[in-house]
Amino acid sequence: MGYILSPEAADRLIASLADDCLVFAPKRFVGGAVFSDLDCIRYGEVKTAGEIVFDQKSDYSFKEILTPVCQALFYFTEDQIKEADAPEKGAVVFLRSCDLHAVKRLDDIYLNNGEEDYYYRRLRDRVKFVVMGCSEAFDSCFCVDMGTNVPEGYNMSMEPAEGGFAIDCRDAELDELLGSLADRECDVEPSHVEETKTRVKIPEGLTQDVMRSKIWDEYDGRCIACGRCNFVCPTCTCYTMQDLFYTENGRVGERRRVQASCMVDGFTDVAGGGSYRKKNGERMRFKTLHKALDYKQRFGYQMCVGCGRCDDVCPEYISFSRILNRLGDMMEEVNTDAE
Amino acid sequence: MDVNTKLIKKNAFRVTKVRGMTASRVRVPGGHLEAKYLGMVQEIAEEFGNGTVHITSRQGFEIPGIPFEKMPEVNSRLQPIIEGLGINQTDPGTGYPASGTRNITACPGNRICPYACYDTTAFAQRIEKAIFPNDLHFKVALTGCPNDCAKVRMHDFGIIGMTEPQFEPERCVNCGACIKYCRKKSVEALQRVKFRPQRNEEKCIGCGECVINCPMRAWTRSEQKYYKLTLLGRTGKRNPRLGEDFIKWIDEDSIVKIIVNAYEYVTKYVDPEAPGGKEHIGYIVDRTGFEEFEKFIMQGVTLPEKAEVFKPLYWKGPHFDR
Repeated sequence: MGYILSPEAADRLIASLADDCLVFAPKRFVGGAVFSDLDCIRYGEVKTAGEIVFDQKSDYSFKEILTPVCQALFYFTEDQIKEADAPEKGAVVFLRSCDLHAVKRLDDIYLNNGEEDYYYRRLRDRVKFVVMGCSEAFDSCFCVDMGTNVPEGYNMSMEPAEGGFAIDCRDAELDELLGSLADRECDVEPSHVEETKTRVKIPEGLTQDVMRSKIWDEYDGRCIACGRCNFVCPTCTCYTMQDLFYTENGRVGERRRVQASCMVDGFTDVAGGGSYRKKNGERMRFKTLHKALDYKQRFGYQMCVGCGRCDDVCPEYISFSRILNRLGDMMEEVNTDAE
Repeated sequence: MDVNTKLIKKNAFRVTKVRGMTASRVRVPGGHLEAKYLGMVQEIAEEFGNGTVHITSRQGFEIPGIPFEKMPEVNSRLQPIIEGLGINQTDPGTGYPASGTRNITACPGNRICPYACYDTTAFAQRIEKAIFPNDLHFKVALTGCPNDCAKVRMHDFGIIGMTEPQFEPERCVNCGACIKYCRKKSVEALQRVKFRPQRNEEKCIGCGECVINCPMRAWTRSEQKYYKLTLLGRTGKRNPRLGEDFIKWIDEDSIVKIIVNAYEYVTKYVDPEAPGGKEHIGYIVDRTGFEEFEKFIMQGVTLPEKAEVFKPLYWKGPHFDR
């Protein structure tokens, strides 16, 4: 069912959602950016519709709600362990179409890739998604080329319209709430873009041979291995474990997992002091081929959703979309060398 | 030719090497201006001067080769620059009302530079408004971060931007970037304790390297802006020296009060025999002792809780007079 909500009604909607669950949306963290006097747009809890930032892309993705940056798994002492509590409330997550498509990637990695991930499952089951329509693409977006521009499988959509908000609801529970708040009912289709300024073409015949390209070496010098591209990516799912023993009593502690990055030092460290992929270009190659080749071979579709956050965040102005576009040249290079 | 050199100097003209020729000194508080003023400087240089402009070490323009008799005309042509740059002035059209208190210089600050902790130009303009015009010889400079590109330690009052890093442990992924950059680029105030950075608050200089290099926004800047105030650095013949740290984690309002207060002190203690009434404040303080100076400058100043005051202060530098 479609609805038009006034800004006040939208505030009431968010407030009443927030009574029963945690509402997460891109919001403004004033002064929260890297550089002084600039804001950061990232996910946080909201209580009103006014707090939700619709006109800018969030610097970090929604994935922090499903795969927390730092998540306690259990607490231990002597021969006992206690599982960390799940959040008391479920969540409603506002996100764009590209990110909604990223949920499918997270699900496939955590739920359809062998044993289900228990901690992911218990969060995932209690999340509803509100898609934020995109009336136009941001400069670095390339969702159309990645096939993620049209939202699918959302509970509700919401976007600014007619001085208020237009909503398409596909969820019976939410429908009930909206019926009492809406100014009027009408047909609503969440906006989506059909073209983007940034275009990406990943070659069909991509193979492991592309590893031999000399182009990767360029990134040895350019990349600083900070990992921002991974941390902002809605589809990167790697984590690492920390067994923390409390200071006051070393026999008590917790195990937690934290997001990890294949670009950051230490990611490939192994027992005995070994470390693979020491060069940053090698790490860039690994990341790119994981996204553009390995994942596709396993799940049958491209992992990258084309949100462009990695391009936006890189302090060294390395464009991942350009790397994807260079894969064709690289294939040509290694094929020519082979002849 | 009859020229009252004392008066023209106070009007921001100078006696130059060339007999009969003066130079006009244009001040640019904070060192940042709309490009349109460059055209006005160019016109003055070409119409009244010798067609050249010196970019001064204090971020002003010095327009040389102007015949003394052209000063009134130059002053009227300076008016839009004086007004546009917000310079305090009593009589419009008469040029700059003083030159003793020097142009307040600043690094590019956070209008341009990623390291800067604040808008150096805006703060410089605020100080300019509070202390200019004045004939007393004061040098104030501002720099955005402890890199001190503006070399503020060579000034009577040096202002260094700081931020108090805020840490949100739940966003930390233990990547080690903050620790590495603090060690390599700053003062090694961070160490890893149980997967997380621990900040040595005493050692931390508030440069913000941890914030800049954190990929997660686990480190962010404090809402409150802080500064370090250094005192009584100087160049010159007798005893050039770097300014010493006076207050760390000081706020903007206190800095303005302290500088304004210093005028009363200098008025009282400046050497009446000093040539041109010009004496670096540091030499006056060398005579009266720092405590007397401090008594004057700290009047009515309420420092933030975090502020650390360093006392006693001792300056170094070579003494060529001994």
